[in-house]
Amino acid sequence: MKRLAILVCVTAAFTVLSACGEKPQTLGSGARSDTAAFQGTDNAFAAPGWTKGDKASWEQGLKARAQNSQNEYTKTGTSK
Amino acid sequence: MARMKFVCDAERCIECNGCVTACKNENEVPWGVNRRRVVTLNDGVPGEKSISVACMHCSDAPCMAVCPVNCFYRTDEGVVLHDKDICIGCGYCSYACPFGAPQFPAAGTFGVRGKMDKCTFCAGGPEVNGSQAEFEKYGRNRLAEGKLPACAEMCSTKALLAGDGDVVADIFRNRVVQRGKGAEVWGWGTAYGSKQAGQPPAGAKS
Repeated sequence: MKRLAILVCVTAAFTVLSACGEKPQTLGSGARSDTAAFQGTDNAFAAPGWTKGDKASWEQGLKARAQNSQNEYTKTGTSK
Repeated sequence: MARMKFVCDAERCIECNGCVTACKNENEVPWGVNRRRVVTLNDGVPGEKSISVACMHCSDAPCMAVCPVNCFYRTDEGVVLHDKDICIGCGYCSYACPFGAPQFPAAGTFGVRGKMDKCTFCAGGPEVNGSQAEFEKYGRNRLAEGKLPACAEMCSTKALLAGDGDVVADIFRNRVVQRGKGAEVWGWGTAYGSKQAGQPPAGAKS
């Protein structure tokens, strides 16, 4: 009788805990977070003139680059 | 805060495809995928205009709205990027995009559609900035190197402008004032929501 009770208890425990080993099967959703561009890179191709990790410096560097490389009127001094 | 935008000056574009080549080279874009292309309006008609088109990184991006797995995200600079590990290649974004930006490599078995690929404004993806993993999936991260997109920097006539919206709009406005014509910016109103911009003058053909 005692052996039967133990057997029933063990079976019940296995049944109740059987779902604990389940792995989640939901699809991943939502993009991972990205590092901000002003944090810079570790490669050797970074443009000089700005400080890595300093947002204001990065923005200023890009603005200067945009004006110098895309606005020829700044070179001729005829900007209105 | 910088808000990255593209402007294509149709008065200056000479259809050289330098932007297309620069993009393909810089990002090692696979065969059959063109993140950027040059489109000619009124081709063959005197006065035809050419414009360089890619993802415009819209203020209210329709691709983001329709993506069923929410793989898109927007950076603090307004660049619309996506996570290829989440993308399922369903193609909804392709139907939603007014610029035809999303591209799908067709090299898979049985013609299966691969993960979506598009212009990243040379800002890579969610992987570590400048890493090999980021390069292989999305191409170069020039923004993190303090540079502007390769297409705009390579443009021989500076028809294609890229950078902070205020800066590129100022450069373009100055040009229009100097030459006295060509104020239409194709796609600007669609992408960035301005009602008065991008409207052709009354009586124009296109």
